[in-house]
Amino acid sequence: MASVDLIGIGKRFGAVDVLRDVTLRIADGEFLAILGPSGCGKSTLLRILAGLEGADRGEVRLGAERVDRLPPKARNLAMVFQSYALYPYMTVRQNIALPLEMRRLSALQRLPLLGRLLPGTQLRRRAIAEDVAAAAEPLQLTHLLDRRPAQLSGGQRQRVALARAMVRHPAAFLMDEPLSNLDARLRTEARAEIMALRQRLGATMLYVTHDQAEAMAMADRIAVMQGGRVLQLAPPQELYDEPASLEVARFVGSPPMNAIPARIGADGRIEAAGVSLPWRSGAAPGTPVTFGVRAEALVPAAQGLPARVERLERLGAEALLHCALPGSGAALVVRLDTAEAGAHPPGTTLRLMPARAVIFDAEGKRLPATRQQGAVTASSEPAYG
Amino acid sequence: MADRLGLLLRHALLLGGAAVMLAPFVLMLSISLKPPGEIFAPEFRLLPLQWAAVENYTAAFTKVPLLRFLLNGFIVTFCIFVAQAVTALPMAYALAKLRWRGRDTAFLLVLAALLVPPQVPAIPLYIALWQLDLLNTYAAIILPSTISVFGIFLMRQFFRTVPDDLIAAARMDGLGEFAIVWRIMLPTAAPALAAFGCLSFIWNWNEFFWPYIAVQDEHLMTPPLGIAFFSNAEAGTNWGALMAAATVTTAPLAIAFLLASRAFVRGVTMTGIK
Repeated sequence: MASVDLIGIGKRFGAVDVLRDVTLRIADGEFLAILGPSGCGKSTLLRILAGLEGADRGEVRLGAERVDRLPPKARNLAMVFQSYALYPYMTVRQNIALPLEMRRLSALQRLPLLGRLLPGTQLRRRAIAEDVAAAAEPLQLTHLLDRRPAQLSGGQRQRVALARAMVRHPAAFLMDEPLSNLDARLRTEARAEIMALRQRLGATMLYVTHDQAEAMAMADRIAVMQGGRVLQLAPPQELYDEPASLEVARFVGSPPMNAIPARIGADGRIEAAGVSLPWRSGAAPGTPVTFGVRAEALVPAAQGLPARVERLERLGAEALLHCALPGSGAALVVRLDTAEAGAHPPGTTLRLMPARAVIFDAEGKRLPATRQQGAVTASSEPAYG
Repeated sequence: MADRLGLLLRHALLLGGAAVMLAPFVLMLSISLKPPGEIFAPEFRLLPLQWAAVENYTAAFTKVPLLRFLLNGFIVTFCIFVAQAVTALPMAYALAKLRWRGRDTAFLLVLAALLVPPQVPAIPLYIALWQLDLLNTYAAIILPSTISVFGIFLMRQFFRTVPDDLIAAARMDGLGEFAIVWRIMLPTAAPALAAFGCLSFIWNWNEFFWPYIAVQDEHLMTPPLGIAFFSNAEAGTNWGALMAAATVTTAPLAIAFLLASRAFVRGVTMTGIK
C-alpha cells in the first residue's frame, strides 16, 4: 500500500484541454472518489496515474517514488474497468492467475509444456494456484473458477475483475466506473463487496464515477471535477453541506440543491421572492446572489418563502414537492414526510422556512454568510424578478 | 403468390449459378472414373458403363510421384501460413491499436500493396533468389509469400473490434506488447486467423505462376506443377488418370473450405463476448 500524489497534471488532446493543472494527494489507505460528469477528464486522470496515458505536464508519485516515466507494469497498480475487460477465452482461474504468472514466472517458465519442466516452475505454479483460490473465496467465485466470462452474469464478471485486481496486492486500486454496467440491486451488493474488500486489505483506492450517490456512500473524500479541473476536494458530508461553488452544490446530492435567485437588501439581509430572509452576507446591497438551500432544509412554516405546489412525487417513506416561486418562477424542490406532503396538494400555496442555506455570488462562487436571529419579513423592495 | 414466385425465381437463379460453378468439378470427377474409350464417346453419361476408377487412380499415383507433390504442397502452404501469421499479427496489432507517427501512411501503403499484381515483382525476386543461390529450393517458393498484405489488412480490421480496455488490462497485468499480441490478441482473433489460414492455404495450394518459375526439380513440385508435369509426361493420352490426379489434388481444398465455413460460424458466435 502506498500514498498516491498527482501534482500539476495537464493533458491536451488536440485543441482540447482535458486536464488543467490537477493536483490530488491521496493518503495511504484512503478511499478517494473522483466525481464528475462524463467528459470532465476523470477517466483520463486515472489512465495517466495507471501509466496507460502520458501526461503533458506534472508529476505522478507512488509513495516516495516518481513513476511518470514508468510503464504500467512497473507501477504495481491494479485497475477495474467499466467493461471489466476480462480475457474472453480464458477461464476465471486463468484470468485471475495471469497477473501473478507475469510477475512470478520467468519468460521461459511461462512457455507451454517446456516451462513445466524447468526447476521451480511447479512450486511457483502451486503458490499461484493457492493465491488464486484465496482471492476467489471471499468473492464467492470458487465454484465458477473453470467457467469462461461469457458464461457468467454481470455481477459475477464484476467480482472476477475485482479478484484479478486484488490477487497481487497492488500499491493502490484504480476503479473506472466499475458498477455502472450493473442493475440497481446488484450495484448495492457490489458496493458492499468493494467496501469489505477495502476493509480487509486496507487498500488505497481511487474510484472514478459519475454517480454522486456511489461516491457519497463509499468515499473518505470526494474530488468533484468539471472541465478538467478539480472544483472541490472534501469529505462527502462537507461537500454536501458546504459546497464551494454552485456547480458543486448542484452536482452533489439528489435532488440537486435549490438555487433561488436573490439579492442583498438595503439592510444587508438576503431578499428573495419578495421576502427578506435572516441571512447576511458581506456583499454590497443590491448585489445579485443565489440562495442555495437543500430540499430537506425547507420546512413549511407560518412565515417564509411563498411557493406554489405544482407536483407531488411520492417516494415511499418521503415525498418530493415540486414548487414554483411566484415572480421569478424559479423551481423549488422540497423533501417532506409522505404524510406531511399530502397536506399540500398541487395548486395550493405554502410558506417555506430554510433551516440551512449557502449563498453564492453571480459567478457561482460561495460567499461567506451568517445566519441571524430574527424572522422572515416582507421585503423592503418590490418582489424580486 | 407474388412472394412465392419471387422465392422460386431466386432459388432457380441460385441453382443455375451453382450448377455452372459445379459443372467442371462434376466433369472432372466423372472423367476420372471412366476408361479412355468412354471419355470421348458421343453421348455423355455421368457414370461410366465400365468403371475404370481403380486403373485411373492407380495410374495417377504410380506414373508420377503424386504423393510427393501433395507433401510438397503441404510443406509449402504450411510454412507460408506460419510465416504470414508471425508477420501479420504484430503488424496488424501495431496498425490497429498502437499510436505512432506515420501509422496512417503505413496503412495506406498496405492498402496500396494490395493493388500490386504478383507478376510485377517476379523478375526482381527471381534475380534476388538467384543471387542468394536459393533457386530450385523450398525457400524459393516460400520466401516471396512470407508477408501477406491481405493478412495484415484482414487482421487489422479484426483487431480494431477488440476493446481497448482489454489491452489496457493486459498492460496493467504486466504483459509487454509482444505478449499482448500472442497471449491476448491471437486467441481472441483465432476465428479470423483460421479463416485467413484457409484462404492462404487455398491461394498458395493453387499457385502455379511462381512455383513454375522458381523450381525445376520434380521432387520439389507443388500439386499444380505436378498436374502440368503429368499432362506433359503422358502426352495428353490418359485423360482419366489426369483427372484422377486433379481430383486428388483438389480434395484438400474442398476440406479446407469446409473447415473455413466452420471457422466463420465460430467467428460469428464469438462476437457474443463482451
